[in-house]
Amino acid sequence: MIELQDIKKGFGDKEILKGVSAVMESGKVNLIIGASGSGKTVMMKCIVGLIEVDAGKILYDGKDFTTMDTHERKAIRQEIGMLFQGSALFDSMTVEQNVMFPLDMFGTGSYRDKKKRVAECLERVNLKDAARKYPAEISGGMKKRVGIARAIVLNPKYLFCDEPNSGLDPQTSLLIDQLIKELTVEYNITTVMNTHDMNTVMESGDHIVYMYQGQKQWEGSNKEIVFSNDQLLNDFIFASEFLREAKEMRQHELFSSGKWKEDLKNKGGNESGDDKK
Amino acid sequence: MEFRFFYHFGNYLLMLKGMFSRPENMKMYWKQFMQQCVDIGVGSFGIVFIISLFMGGVTTLQTAYQLVNPIIPKSTIAQVVRDTIILEFAPTLTSIVLAGVVGSKIASELGNMRVSEQIDALEIMGINTKGYLILPKILAAVLMIPVLVMIAGFLGVWGGKEAGVLSGIISPDEFLQGLRQDFRAYNVFFALAKSYTFGFIISSVSAYYGYNVRGGALEIGKASTTAVVVSCVLVLFMDYALTAILL
Repeated sequence: MIELQDIKKGFGDKEILKGVSAVMESGKVNLIIGASGSGKTVMMKCIVGLIEVDAGKILYDGKDFTTMDTHERKAIRQEIGMLFQGSALFDSMTVEQNVMFPLDMFGTGSYRDKKKRVAECLERVNLKDAARKYPAEISGGMKKRVGIARAIVLNPKYLFCDEPNSGLDPQTSLLIDQLIKELTVEYNITTVMNTHDMNTVMESGDHIVYMYQGQKQWEGSNKEIVFSNDQLLNDFIFASEFLREAKEMRQHELFSSGKWKEDLKNKGGNESGDDKK
Repeated sequence: MEFRFFYHFGNYLLMLKGMFSRPENMKMYWKQFMQQCVDIGVGSFGIVFIISLFMGGVTTLQTAYQLVNPIIPKSTIAQVVRDTIILEFAPTLTSIVLAGVVGSKIASELGNMRVSEQIDALEIMGINTKGYLILPKILAAVLMIPVLVMIAGFLGVWGGKEAGVLSGIISPDEFLQGLRQDFRAYNVFFALAKSYTFGFIISSVSAYYGYNVRGGALEIGKASTTAVVVSCVLVLFMDYALTAILL
């Protein structure tokens, strides 16, 4: 579990994160959503330590990441896997070498064991046949899958995905979402995903944090989101007529199944659909 | 301007300091170092071979052109060529060319890794990126550039001899005689001292500009150009400083 406590970050005079608190739960896909410039990328970079926060705490299973020394941070980082927006694969290495890199750097097993683990990961993301190809020879969707394989090769406790669907067609995007969700449950990972994709929000969002102008505007699940009365959230999520109709359909579907009541009860909410902030 | 100089110089020193930490995996660092040795050493050999030969040839022809007095023996041409090449041309000219070849390669490689988030990916894995990406480059340059300078020295003298013999200015025996006249081993030490310094400047300055690229493809190009320009200026400045101190 990752806990953010009142984190603040600014660049010069501009305050990007204005005291954000949130909890990223284990074994769940935690989404950070928001319009461009709302601070979600900065927030993710702060969580993984690529950007230092100005104030606040980031707790990884209770340990404060912001006060850790380099050695302690290294230890935490070896439990983190990250999928970057542009995949960030090493150009000069083959797909297999890319996935093997973390094992070569930190793994202790024999070359045979490492190769076996790489084969397992590539098979898990359906890329066994592309092992000997270079990143320049594969498609955007395949690159993302290689990125996922590299991120999970060391069995991470935390998986971060920065806009995993950007630049992908809807079908590939869906496959990536399904893969991330399956891996999250399979390995009981705390997955934090930064996305604009509404399909991801509705299908994978076990826990969603909606950011608006550097602040957390709304927090809840993909089932709660359809009953939310938050105007800003609704304007953002259900921006088109088509999505508004889809929302109504989903509301109807959840109402008739009674599922939403259970979910709200489990989370300690009420049936009126009041929002949590 | 003054503050920007201190900003860059401070960051440059911090980058150098940040390179030194316990390697996550010594074998991987060694592999990276060997790869850089091949890239810098073998990768630059072709251009060093060509410029050294012509540099030696031109030096011989120009020296012969200026030595018109019949009292001065022809072997003096070889002596002048030898000292010019060892003292100045091999270390400085080769380093200026290497600043372009190696410096731009280092800056653009690191710049591209920065822009495409490959450096971030390494950071997330818990790797000291300065140690893993920059230190092997600097060590490889400090090792390989003096080797290239030595090769450039030999090739330059050989090119000078061939140019002199082919153009009928000097016989092979006279040239060899001139090479042995009044040879001072200290000059070789001086050339090596310069090349170690230049190797460090070229690699570290280029790495600094490449590692700190922000933006996209345009900024990578700018960083690469700046790295080469700053490296060349610093090489020339240090050339003067070392000459004033050591000679």
